[in-house]
Amino acid sequence: MTDAAHTLEVRNLKTHFFTKAGVAKAVDGVSFTVGKGEVMGLVGESGSGKSVTGFSIIGLVDPPGEVVSGEVLYNGKNLVGLPDEEMRDLRGNRIAMIFQDPMMTLNPVLRVDTQMVETIKAHDSSVSETEAIQRCRDALGQVGIPAPEERLKSYPHQFSGGMRQRVAIAIALLNKPDLIIADEPTTALDVTIQGQILYEAQKLCSETGTSMIWITHDLAVVAGLADKICVMYGGRIVEQGEISEVLDHPVHPYTRGLLGSVPGHGTRGKRLFQIPGMAPSLLNLPQGCAFQARCPRADEACNIEPEISSPVAGREIRCCHPHLDPSEEVTA
Amino acid sequence: MSEQMTQTAPPADVQPLAKVQTPLQRFASDYFENKIAAGALFVLIGIIFIAIFAPLISPQDPYDLSSVSVLDSKMPPGSQHFDGWTFYLGTDGAGRDLLSAIFYGLRISLGVGIVSGVIALVIGAAIGMIAAYFGSWVDTLIMRIVDIQLSFPTILVALILLALLGKGVDKIIIALVIVQWAYYARTVRASALVERGKEYIEAATCLALPQKRIMFRHMFPNCLPPLIVVATLQTASAISLEATLSFLGVGLPVSEPSLGLLISNGFDYMLSGRFWISFFPGIALLITIVSINLVGDQLRDVLNPRLQK
Amino acid sequence: MSEAMLSVNNLTKNFVKRLDLAGKIASKLGSDIREEVVHAVDGVTINIPRGGVVGLVGESGCGKSTLGRMIAGILKPTFGEIIYKGVSITDMNDDEMRRAALQIQMIFQNPFASLNPRMRVEDIIGEAPLVHGMITSAEKSEYVRDIMQKVGLDPEYRRRYPHQFSGGQRQRIGIARALAVKPEFLVCDEAIAALDVSIQSQVINLFMDLREDLDLTYLFISHNLSVVEHISDRVVIMYLGRIVEIAETDDLFKDPNHPYTQALLNGIPRLDQRGIDYEPIDGEIPSPLDPPPGCHFHPRCPHAIDRCKAERPELREIAANRWSACHLNDQA
Repeated sequence: MTDAAHTLEVRNLKTHFFTKAGVAKAVDGVSFTVGKGEVMGLVGESGSGKSVTGFSIIGLVDPPGEVVSGEVLYNGKNLVGLPDEEMRDLRGNRIAMIFQDPMMTLNPVLRVDTQMVETIKAHDSSVSETEAIQRCRDALGQVGIPAPEERLKSYPHQFSGGMRQRVAIAIALLNKPDLIIADEPTTALDVTIQGQILYEAQKLCSETGTSMIWITHDLAVVAGLADKICVMYGGRIVEQGEISEVLDHPVHPYTRGLLGSVPGHGTRGKRLFQIPGMAPSLLNLPQGCAFQARCPRADEACNIEPEISSPVAGREIRCCHPHLDPSEEVTA
Repeated sequence: MSEQMTQTAPPADVQPLAKVQTPLQRFASDYFENKIAAGALFVLIGIIFIAIFAPLISPQDPYDLSSVSVLDSKMPPGSQHFDGWTFYLGTDGAGRDLLSAIFYGLRISLGVGIVSGVIALVIGAAIGMIAAYFGSWVDTLIMRIVDIQLSFPTILVALILLALLGKGVDKIIIALVIVQWAYYARTVRASALVERGKEYIEAATCLALPQKRIMFRHMFPNCLPPLIVVATLQTASAISLEATLSFLGVGLPVSEPSLGLLISNGFDYMLSGRFWISFFPGIALLITIVSINLVGDQLRDVLNPRLQK
Repeated sequence: MSEAMLSVNNLTKNFVKRLDLAGKIASKLGSDIREEVVHAVDGVTINIPRGGVVGLVGESGCGKSTLGRMIAGILKPTFGEIIYKGVSITDMNDDEMRRAALQIQMIFQNPFASLNPRMRVEDIIGEAPLVHGMITSAEKSEYVRDIMQKVGLDPEYRRRYPHQFSGGQRQRIGIARALAVKPEFLVCDEAIAALDVSIQSQVINLFMDLREDLDLTYLFISHNLSVVEHISDRVVIMYLGRIVEIAETDDLFKDPNHPYTQALLNGIPRLDQRGIDYEPIDGEIPSPLDPPPGCHFHPRCPHAIDRCKAERPELREIAANRWSACHLNDQA
């Protein structure tokens, strides 16, 4: 498979934050690919580096952080170190981002149509006003907003939280990007609204062939939406593979622990599996494997950082002691 | 897989703070990150030191008529006193050593500024807490009074009050208090309203703690940060206001000259080349106010709850 | 069935935004500005049996937090009664009321705002028992140490301040604070929502352990149905201030009756579900300022009939231990 078949290929990305308290290695050697029309779930808890990965791809990492090494290949072109002008051409145009708080996208003092038309014109000044408004109306309809004409004339504060997020998604879609990076977009929304947005997102990707990276801590959301999953811990990807494969047969002890911690149908009345201890601070990552302090299988071998290995077909992990026996139960 | 205990191991991110870090220690380490503000703090401490110990460290008591001679008047910086020591900053129109006069002047300016600030703070904070705690018409009434108070220019109000009250240190302090209390009231009320909605206050209510305890032990200490910032900046403002009033001649009486009066006295000589008589007191005032403002700005940044966790 | 430890009867809380002087004048002059009333909790009746865990579920604006706060004594009801151990709170004298207040405690959602940042942990935990004379100051240190161990905190850290702890630990401090006054009834208001998944499982296990060890009764408020399914015996579903369904957990999840419950259950992403193949429920949650007449849910209900628009459905017992507020049940 040539590089051009992937919309996005990330190779050994490292983003470090140089703070007065030390160097926080937020992203420390992350590699993955996202194909055309594919949805990738980037899963991790707080401090795992998943959001910073998203920001690094689109070039929104501010000092004291910077991308120290690695490559982000978009259709073969490396985005790391790309001059600002070229990056701005791509951002909002070919690569778009949706944030957890829609007010990070929406300007509270501008009307929705003004903001949306601005997004279109910024990347293609030849578009006429009427054509731009038509595209905006279409985009709002595409995300399921009723009565788009009236909605266009409103201000963000006149929308509910769920609606605002939909407008933010519509803005991301306006220029028909090849890749959308969504950073916890439904975390702050109600269950029924989340359901609506997930449904729209799935429809979108299958209809338009847009690739998506969905960053979240919620494994269940990713289970329904994504084609492949990357599990992050301590700034590194500890396991990645096809979604059903990883969720049904997790190999890395952290993934297994995480899956065991989630309550659901089968856990009623039983103790949940708990991963002991807490996530390490990114300023103070241990030597070798980041998970060893909490891993029931850790030993001296874990003091050397595990290389990416592929013990099972289609799966990549960083682990010295993966669970390779398929009959092992996930719960404690 | 063995059963996991609920006991957690010492968590990774408590270790870097190996010992207890009180909020004060944390505040101090945050404050001193800004070198300029740290410098300003030391300058301010120096100024306060001078103000307190003025009689002990001044070369001359400028109000002791026996050591002052009109023959020494208007002498430039560096010239000699008849007793042999140097007038480092020159002398003023009456022959007083300017350095000593500035030391004593700082004492008065700072003293008046701080005393009036403290009284205004106590009165304003009490009124603000009452407004926040009782709400409804009490709050509305108090806040309208505060609004009216704040809509008048401070100098105008101070001038009118002093015209009515006359001269004297106590009259100045009263005028400054009346002009300042409203800022404190508004700040404390806003802060108290924010804290009131916070969950730890709800928790205290849930635990059936007495109302008074909740107000003073829980709510008030957390209202302090913005109050400290306002107090610092207001003190600078009060000092500046007092200097203005003295400069205009309605402030302190001549027997207790503040920096404003010194500047005023030297004003007549500005154009005749004897600039130092106004200039040095002016610089002293400037340094005082600027250092207070720098300290206040850093305090505002450090104590900003949004930058805290 | 054990007798009710706590029950609420027709409990209602209205938030009224009164007109100020300017508003009163405006309305007299004919403007249509009027007092805004939010019926946050609208005639709720529930029984919570001794030793049970009742899950209270709903989305934004349903009133579950307001209901929790009324039960915990933080908010005063507009009308209705709260009956604790057989005695109505309004009938109690000051002493009995204080004792009841101490026995009903609350665990809050936000681990950052729920602890006084200027108090040491041992004071946060030890203050209330000391003030209420449950312990002497000599006993405080020992007492606090025991409680900290019970919730899984190292007593070594009792002289520290909240900002030196992580979110999960702060939540444990909040639990310790509640346990210090020897409660019998705990209201958990989204107590784990702000925590990472792996920490959530630790705290859920802690709740279950404490329930057994200390014979506690819980009202567990959450929007997370998976957690509610795991921990509750009985589930109450609320929508816009009203109860729409009450059932034993197994019954509810196997066979939801009310259309809203069905929509809610349909919408939960599940780990074992790949691809989103349902139609999510339409529409937004209406504003509590202007709820739809009759049954609040009718605009979004796929089975709405005319009666639903006009008449508020009563909560009726449709089977043993099952109640539902839906006109469709009357058709049978």
